[in-house]
Amino acid sequence: MRAAQTLAESFPDLSGIPVAREPHWFRWFSAALIVLALAAIARAFAGGQIEWSYVSRFLTAKVILEGIVNTMVMAVLAMALGIVLGIVVAIMRLSPNPVLKSVAAGYTWLFRGTPLILQLLLWFNLALVFPTIGIPGLWTARAVDVMTPFLAALLGLGINQGAYTSEVMRAGMLSVDIGQYEAAQAIGMGRLRALRRIILPQAMRVVIPPLGNEFIGMVKATSLASVIQYPEVLHNAENIYYANSRVIELLIVAGLWYLLVVSILTPLQMLLERRFARGTMQFAR
Amino acid sequence: MTKPLVAIRSVSKHFGEFQALKSVSLDVWAGEVMCLIGASGSGKTTLLRCINQLTAIDSGGIWLDGELLGVREEGGRLYRLTERQIARQRLKTGMVFQRFNLFPHKTALENITEGPVQVQGRKSDEVRAEAIELLRRVGLATKADSYPAQLSGGQQQRVAIARALAMKPMLMLFDEPTSALDPELVGEVLAVMKELAQSGMTMMVVTHELGFAREVADRVVYMDHGVIVESGRASDVLGAPREARTKAFLSAVI
Repeated sequence: MRAAQTLAESFPDLSGIPVAREPHWFRWFSAALIVLALAAIARAFAGGQIEWSYVSRFLTAKVILEGIVNTMVMAVLAMALGIVLGIVVAIMRLSPNPVLKSVAAGYTWLFRGTPLILQLLLWFNLALVFPTIGIPGLWTARAVDVMTPFLAALLGLGINQGAYTSEVMRAGMLSVDIGQYEAAQAIGMGRLRALRRIILPQAMRVVIPPLGNEFIGMVKATSLASVIQYPEVLHNAENIYYANSRVIELLIVAGLWYLLVVSILTPLQMLLERRFARGTMQFAR
Repeated sequence: MTKPLVAIRSVSKHFGEFQALKSVSLDVWAGEVMCLIGASGSGKTTLLRCINQLTAIDSGGIWLDGELLGVREEGGRLYRLTERQIARQRLKTGMVFQRFNLFPHKTALENITEGPVQVQGRKSDEVRAEAIELLRRVGLATKADSYPAQLSGGQQQRVAIARALAMKPMLMLFDEPTSALDPELVGEVLAVMKELAQSGMTMMVVTHELGFAREVADRVVYMDHGVIVESGRASDVLGAPREARTKAFLSAVI
């Protein structure tokens, strides 16, 4: 038996010998192919029937800028409504009360089960069902006056969003360990206080990435409100090309604005994620 | 003769087909340290959870400090208390969990002040001073601003004990407080519990730490299959068990 501390011979010492770089031929080849394809596409568009001067002229036109502001206002308000509804419905869905539970499930079923554009048209045309609306004896008004494009778009987008957001919120709440709820109860908290102080702040960490997704979807979904005359950016771009027939140029203008807005939202989401990551290992150190 | 702090009478609990507690009766006296021992599934944790109503009992009654828990009797019928009333009754007990269950998004100090400030509505500077004192008592004065993820298991459990104490409970419940800890961290938690016992706190401890039970407990209760098999002075139950089942359990774990 050899002594335990001696090492067997005839194995070379590899320390200090550098590791050769791999050539990665396929990466070079595929990158070259993609550059060629992009160049071809760019060349095709440059020679195509697009008047780029119209694109740059209308990119900062007053009507387009107003349109993008209206798009953002609607996206933010409808998303806020969607999040509030989503939280309330998710809490109802997880409640032990069977009435609240069924109402929540019914809401989600109804608004996820029908197309958004159909819901927008229904809200906008509510006057056909209820010519006058109001509280008997206190206040009444003609529905056509109340249900403006703005209000119809807000209700349509927000209530539809609430149905999707409630599922995101429910997933977030379910992701929090049951022990957290028990610990909150053990220090005398009721259900709602435990949700607000302990469960929701932890659920936020989980729900921000999917909510970011939903918000980006909302920015683009506001374009559907063009069918009910809400003056968002696509609607205004359409109005311009009805007059000057520069269809593609104005669609490119609207597309560039959507891209810009979505590009700004991504870093904002990162900031929000950091805020709610308090106490987790990754950021705590 | 005075009344016991906790009186448990004929308490039963089912989880579906499984009967976790079978007509259990037990008294716990003020100032007493009681250790509950037994195999997993014996009902000891369920009994503890019934006392602070994290688990609702099927039948029987539990009185804490003379007050019937979870229900009120009127005209020969029992009526369930509202969630708010149950939350108020829970304030009399402090609970320490096997898996600590600290709030991960709050610092050690915030974990301790959350209950007194949010639930009891006390002034935050006053509570904060008490919380710092409690952290000092559990040996973590320097960790006030650490988040749970930055603390070891033993440190987290000591913060959890401080969090429970901050509510000024009359009874402390410990549900296997050292079972989730690495062996080298068990001692620091037991030391805090021992200090607490010596300070006169009434404690019910579900534990597998027989050394702790022998040294600290006034009384040891051995449970098996939802019933109390044997109960008595720690030295008697652990040193000279009367029942065959207790003997078998003790010889299996030692």
